Amino acid sequence: MNSRTLPYLLLAPATIFLVVFFLWPFLQIAWLAFSTPEGLTLKHFQTMASNWKFWPTFWNTIILAAIVVPLQLIMALAMAQVVAKLNTARNTILYIFTIPLGLSDLAAGIIWLAIFEQSGFLNSMLVGLGIIERPILFLGYQNLWVIFIAVILAELWRATAIVMVILVSGMGLIPKEYYEAAEVFGAGPWKRFVKVTLPMLRPSIQTALILRTIAAFEVFAVVVALGGTTLPVLVGETFNWQFALNDRNVAAAYALVILAISIAATLVFLRVLRTPKGATL
Amino acid sequence: MKHPIRTLAAATVALGLLAGTANAQVLFWSNQAVPVEETQKMREQVLKDFPGGVDFQPQEPGPFITRIQAETEAGSGAIGVVGGLYGDLTTFADSWVDLSDVDLGGVNVSPAFMELGKLGTSEQKFLPWMQANYVMAANKQALQYLPEGADINNLTYDQVVAWAKNLAEQTGSPRFGFPAGPKGLKHRFFQGFLLPAYTGSEVTKFRSAEAEAAWGKFKELWQYTNPASTNYDFMQEPLLTGDVWLAFDHIARLSEAFNQKPDDFVAFPAPSGPKGRAFMPVLAGIAVPKSAPDIDKAKELVKYMMQPEQQVATLLATNFFPVTDAAMPAELPASAKALGPAIAAMTASADALPALLPIGLGDKGGQFNQVYIDTFERIVLANQDVRQVLDQQADTLRNLMNETGAPCWLPDAPSEGPCPVE
Repeated sequence: MNSRTLPYLLLAPATIFLVVFFLWPFLQIAWLAFSTPEGLTLKHFQTMASNWKFWPTFWNTIILAAIVVPLQLIMALAMAQVVAKLNTARNTILYIFTIPLGLSDLAAGIIWLAIFEQSGFLNSMLVGLGIIERPILFLGYQNLWVIFIAVILAELWRATAIVMVILVSGMGLIPKEYYEAAEVFGAGPWKRFVKVTLPMLRPSIQTALILRTIAAFEVFAVVVALGGTTLPVLVGETFNWQFALNDRNVAAAYALVILAISIAATLVFLRVLRTPKGATL
Repeated sequence: MKHPIRTLAAATVALGLLAGTANAQVLFWSNQAVPVEETQKMREQVLKDFPGGVDFQPQEPGPFITRIQAETEAGSGAIGVVGGLYGDLTTFADSWVDLSDVDLGGVNVSPAFMELGKLGTSEQKFLPWMQANYVMAANKQALQYLPEGADINNLTYDQVVAWAKNLAEQTGSPRFGFPAGPKGLKHRFFQGFLLPAYTGSEVTKFRSAEAEAAWGKFKELWQYTNPASTNYDFMQEPLLTGDVWLAFDHIARLSEAFNQKPDDFVAFPAPSGPKGRAFMPVLAGIAVPKSAPDIDKAKELVKYMMQPEQQVATLLATNFFPVTDAAMPAELPASAKALGPAIAAMTASADALPALLPIGLGDKGGQFNQVYIDTFERIVLANQDVRQVLDQQADTLRNLMNETGAPCWLPDAPSEGPCPVE
């Protein structure tokens, strides 16, 4: 085998996969969003943006991501710190933390629905303890903020572990010498965390934030399970336009909006959390 | 086999010849009773006694339409009787023979449905065959809170609101339930019940002052509605748990409540508004194409289908209700016993105002429904200004009608071109 062609051959399967299943559908969707049988148009974007649900949907998605992702980062840092410090039972703890990752997001949503429902665990418990007289309707349309909190809880429970896994592997790469040096200069645990761990973890944090933010913009199944159509999010509306309203063009326009905010967020993280040249390990 | 295609063609021709010899039977071409169990019951219980026999052939929508089209255009064919939904039968209005000379022999058919069967002409283009519908259901405990002087079979929207108010105030929690969940049929209530009852229209008067009044009335009712309604898809469930004592829904979504606790619930007609007792029938009809091989025999079959015995057998076979005054036997399922009379009372009421399912929207039916769902969510759930919402949603509705070119259907007056939104 020619050693010059080998790398390309090895890259070929992944490239073909990406072209066939990502690039090609993406081009098709972009075409759908901008075209009518008569030619190019912005009509579908106008239909989308003039719909009364568009802006609430857009802001719901953004706010949800803006709350969930920072919380997840903080929790994941704490969890990763715990796991990294452990000598015994490290793997056991790691496995327990990552159990929710094995569930589909719809299943996670249904679990939390079983807790918050009118006849759910939380209500039965409160009634059983005599705290309330009759079950409360938590997930009604009047308490949008409760649905919001339920979705945030479900998302934290479900997806914090993926951030943690990335951070744990990042922490493993930080050389012990830095900590020893910091200790010599009298840095306490908090100081070491702020001055050594966080800066050295920057590339991992960047990766984790990009992954999680994109996923947060695509939140769907958990919201549908907990809020039905009461709390509209972008992917939910995309689904609705495609399958309930049978308008693929507007659904494609929605998909491009999700793509646009995902790219914007990624660019922000790449810029803000960039590692200065020559500062790599 | 050297020539598979030729062999296949020969076999097809042979089959065709065989089918030709069975011509004595009337071919009943239907897009109803398609599931195998229903087909079998239609053949073995409903059609078995027809002299000369019936070849009952239920079809999927595509082939159903294609063959009718082909036979109509050719001017000759094998289909004797066509059974389909109202919307299907309107498509071929010119192809049906006049059935007004069929002597039903003392059977009384709902006059409103007979009128629909004329398809706006002077001829009886089809006869109503069977129906499904939406009704109200109540827990018997709710009856003591009925407003004074109210007759459960002749309620008005005002009385329903008063009833829901009594229930909410005197039992301590709102007991009216409405299928406003993601899969609930809320849009049918607005399209076929509330709006026509106040405006006499489903589309044209969407943004009229009367429509504004209708939404105002519904907002009033919503104060006494169980807020969990936005999670209800099938009202039989909250009725059975007791969370809801008074509800509106499609009969198929209420039937379990009656089957599981037959003594606990009553069913009754939808309320009436200023323009009448609007309701949205799911109506199936039977017609005879002009190209039928034996029109007299086909008319015989139509008459046979309308007889009390066959109407009841059809109910047992398909869960669609009779359109006639056929007496129900004692051994019916509890749901049929309770829901049937409610439908009959509603469709036969003096102020009956049928509002039909949309016709001619093609795959835009979902967007049509969304207009009504959005209007509901904005006015009732989001508390937006009624006038403004109606004006904006009317624009969406108008665009949709223009895009699909669908002409008006009942109760709106027939239109030249797309149904206008005033």
